Amino acid sequence: MSNGIINWFKFSSPQTFYPLAGKMIPWFWALTAIFGVAGLTIGFFVAPTDAQQGEGYRIIFVHVPASWMSMFIYLVMAFWAALGLGFNTRLSGMMASALAPTGALMAFLSLWTGALWGKPMWGTWWVWDARLTSELILFFLYLGFIALQSAIDDARRADKAGAVLALVGVINIPIIYFSVKWWNTLHQGASVSLTKSPSMAQTMLWGMLLMALAFWMYSIAVSLTRVRAIILERERHAGWVEELPELKS
Amino acid sequence: MNWGSASEFFAMGGHALYVWGSFGACAVLMIVEPILAARRRTTALDELRREIRARKESNE
Repeated sequence: MSNGIINWFKFSSPQTFYPLAGKMIPWFWALTAIFGVAGLTIGFFVAPTDAQQGEGYRIIFVHVPASWMSMFIYLVMAFWAALGLGFNTRLSGMMASALAPTGALMAFLSLWTGALWGKPMWGTWWVWDARLTSELILFFLYLGFIALQSAIDDARRADKAGAVLALVGVINIPIIYFSVKWWNTLHQGASVSLTKSPSMAQTMLWGMLLMALAFWMYSIAVSLTRVRAIILERERHAGWVEELPELKS
Repeated sequence: MNWGSASEFFAMGGHALYVWGSFGACAVLMIVEPILAARRRTTALDELRREIRARKESNE
């Protein structure tokens, strides 16, 4: 029946995914390093000083990537959660659980770097503005997901409960994204959008995009590391785990 | 090149606290998180080894 189509379901079993993830992790770390070094070099040494914000604007090179990843990881997490609910595949729930701490970290960094950017530019660390508040809610959604899952002993039931929470919370993502359009916010509008050309210097844009790629590759590498730990924790009574080369030594 | 000297670079035009506070927090957390994730896996492996050994001993 093999007609050149990859059998994706093969990779949906923890047994085949565990070694595959192990092989992919070093590559994603390498990509993180390459994009990170390139992004930081452009961000600090090539991109010019901003006419209005001086050197303070350079926070953009971590703030925007962290914010994008906090939203993107949530969408990926919700995707796996939905897949787990629909098809009852074991790996989907593990992927969702593995992504949540990294998503929480990105949401925290988005808020933290945002506060450090807000203070010199707006004169305040924090305002209850639509963009900032909805991002804070995203951070709490991640924490809620983690807390809910850790409160339920049965892993499969924890997956289901977490999935429902993750799917309900998806509504927050467009709210964050469009908040600067829908409400009058202190937060500036999008610097980069799909519909119009970016409103910033080319080198600034490149620095930001490279840093976003670095954060993306980082998120994949660290989530794959975590999903391997979760697979071992949950599959410990499966025969294949005992046959792992790591356990033979 | 934006910087005349190293100290100028670190001063970030008077925004040192904010710029380095942001990049520093990212660096620290993005070093700690992978270490914790990797340690979670080694802990799981250690536990598995212990379980397997215990089972072998009870079989003997």
